[in-house]
Amino acid sequence: MKPRTRRFAWIAAGLVALGVAAALVLNAFQSNLVFFFTPSQVAAKEAPQGRAFRIGGLVEAGSLVREPNSLTVRFRVTDTAQTIPVSYTGLLPDLFKEGKGVVAQGTLGPDGVFRATEVLAKHDENYMPPEAKAAVESAHKGMTMKSLHEPATNR
Amino acid sequence: MIPELGHFALILALLVALVQGIVPLAGAAIDAPRWMALARPAARAQALLVALAFGCLAWSFASNDFSVLNVASNSNSELPLHYRLAATWGSHEGSLLLWTLMLGGWSFAVSLFSRNLPPALLARVISVMGLVSVGFLLFLLFTSNPFERLVPPAAEGRDLNPLLQDPGMVFHPPLLYMGYVGFSVAFSFAIAALLGGRLDATWARWSRPWTTVAWSFLTIGIALGSGWAYYTLGWGGWWFWDPVENASFMPWLTGTALIHSLAVTEKRGTFKSWTVLLAIVAFSLSLVGTFLVRSGVLTSVHAFATDPARGVFILVFLAIVVGGSLALFAWRAVNVGLGGTFDLVSRESTLLANNILLVVAMASVLLGTLYPLFLDALELGKISVGPPYFDAVFYPLMAPAAFLMGVGPIARWNRAPLPELWTRLKWALAVGAITALVLPFVLGRWSPLIALGIFLSAWIFAATAVSLIARVKGSHHGSLFAALAANSSSYYGMLLAHLGLGVFIIGVTLVKGYEIERDVRLDVGESVAVGGYEFKFLGVKTGPGPNYRAVTGTVEVRKDGRLVETLRPEKRIYNASGQPMTIAAIDVGFLGDRYVSLGEPVGENEDSIAGAWGVRIYLKPFIDWIWAGCLLMALGGFLAVSDRRYRLAVTRKATAPSAPASAPAAAD
Repeated sequence: MKPRTRRFAWIAAGLVALGVAAALVLNAFQSNLVFFFTPSQVAAKEAPQGRAFRIGGLVEAGSLVREPNSLTVRFRVTDTAQTIPVSYTGLLPDLFKEGKGVVAQGTLGPDGVFRATEVLAKHDENYMPPEAKAAVESAHKGMTMKSLHEPATNR
Repeated sequence: MIPELGHFALILALLVALVQGIVPLAGAAIDAPRWMALARPAARAQALLVALAFGCLAWSFASNDFSVLNVASNSNSELPLHYRLAATWGSHEGSLLLWTLMLGGWSFAVSLFSRNLPPALLARVISVMGLVSVGFLLFLLFTSNPFERLVPPAAEGRDLNPLLQDPGMVFHPPLLYMGYVGFSVAFSFAIAALLGGRLDATWARWSRPWTTVAWSFLTIGIALGSGWAYYTLGWGGWWFWDPVENASFMPWLTGTALIHSLAVTEKRGTFKSWTVLLAIVAFSLSLVGTFLVRSGVLTSVHAFATDPARGVFILVFLAIVVGGSLALFAWRAVNVGLGGTFDLVSRESTLLANNILLVVAMASVLLGTLYPLFLDALELGKISVGPPYFDAVFYPLMAPAAFLMGVGPIARWNRAPLPELWTRLKWALAVGAITALVLPFVLGRWSPLIALGIFLSAWIFAATAVSLIARVKGSHHGSLFAALAANSSSYYGMLLAHLGLGVFIIGVTLVKGYEIERDVRLDVGESVAVGGYEFKFLGVKTGPGPNYRAVTGTVEVRKDGRLVETLRPEKRIYNASGQPMTIAAIDVGFLGDRYVSLGEPVGENEDSIAGAWGVRIYLKPFIDWIWAGCLLMALGGFLAVSDRRYRLAVTRKATAPSAPASAPAAAD
């Protein structure tokens, strides 16, 4: 092969490889991104039906119920403005507690119950999962703005 | 008094680092031998001063000096001594000091073992390391002083995060940092070569052992972190594609590309610019990784933004190091040259293809790690990129790379005719294919992915054997032993590391293919059958630990009615922080682990621990092969570095210091 043809072959091979890699990455990216919604957004029907997403907030105090003789639990996640009922089958993480921050991944059922496939409550007692914190903060912002317009609607 | 001494030592270290970073570099530019001669003593003095500072911090932790903020926030008087010492690098400040200490150590080592380097090159290498050190010392002193006092002193410390109170976590950060910081040597060599305009096979031979050692440490460090996640997080996973893990994996991928590219530069004088670029990228990613993990940006982009001092410093430092070295590369790489040419099918081309695959894989990990952070920082929404993305991208990229690992060592340099490759590798291919078709049925279930994984590892083993057999047959030595002994230890190092990857692939494939994970509710005395084993839960009892209270369960594992093992998983509540923690009980076996961890009490009476518990019961076939493979890879690296050739060059040049090093004999 002449050096020029060889160089061309190299460049072509490189471009093909990069093209394949880019296609792989973008395709995987598109189908595997998990979006995050706050309970208020879910209540406002902004979250997708049938596609997995994450919710975050606080585990509402007194909402944790365990079904007898199984590992299924039900609890409610709140951002202090809205609450979402969640059901989950499996073992909860160490740091899962009522009144503490939590992030759950799963799908929203037609009955409005969020079926979690994964419940995360992370590493440190004082640490609040960032999504959970953001949910509560944005709910607070929303409340103050809302309260200017329609002060009596919040529970 | 001791903390002030440490603080003072850090300030002195900064001053010495400034001298180390400026004077020898200037000396190399204007050819002033006495200025250049300052490099070595300055590097040593700086290393000792940082070591003194580190010792002072360790002393403050050991002696429970809660008047130091860092100690008060990360230690506790109940904490056993070895964990108090490990707490020295448990915080942001302490870990940065450890980083600087490692950098000092590597500089010290360079000053010790590079006596035969040309003075200008040595001066530049040590100066660049000094400048990196200046950056870290400034960061420590101005934004993250580890010796900051707490007024009034705390009566008791807040305790080390219980997750870090573990032997794995004692050694994980130092080993990981040995790797991260070790790439600074390759980086400094690259920058020095760009500055000096000289980059040849001798240069590659000098920087190769440093890079390989750093890579080996990084490999062990990552493996240790992964093992730790397996037995302490209580989920039985060994890799989560968590940003913290990705931060250490990106430098590893680039470093792997770099050690292969360096091999080509040494043997063939090719890939020069590419090697330099990889050295810059590997170290830059080490810096990015350190800061990703340590700056808190992962916990919250916004917390990071609200502490502008640290955030701005980090971004400016990264911009200077990464931007500066890339600009230097763009400006000077032309002088370095590209090196010779080679054919489309040759050892060079397989190594180049592997390099590209590794770098593309690194870039896809980088995208998945940083993209959510960018979106969040720009307030464009919150997303998470989980394991499915990384799995979908990573395996297709790494499978061809693993396949090429079989071809590379067999292919000739410069030109490898395909028919010859076919003749030499067809048996290896057949072995791989047959194993992939048959073995999964023996193990229980055939699936394309399992078959692919098994094919790749069998192929790597067989091709490695082909390479060794060809060497022995082609050798002129009479006996088998003499023929084996005639090969260099860097050749055996390469074989060992490749075998290590084969072992690793077996572990990953079989654990992903055949693992069984069951979360079950077990009453006292109740048992459950999982994958041919019977697990019987005998209840829990409580007892005190050194700084925690533990609930310990007893689970008997039986196979065919015969008691195999009694596992005792624990649930701990740490006294100081009140934080709970799960300690899994694992029956480790050559062919797989039996893994049991406690969830929570789920009996009728919620608060009673005496009733039923949620229990995780996992069977993890061949999982330990994952870490064994990593260990083999690292051992391969260390073996390669022990090659006589690296030391021969030194002794030969020591006797004739003025003679230019000859081009290396084409040993392969």
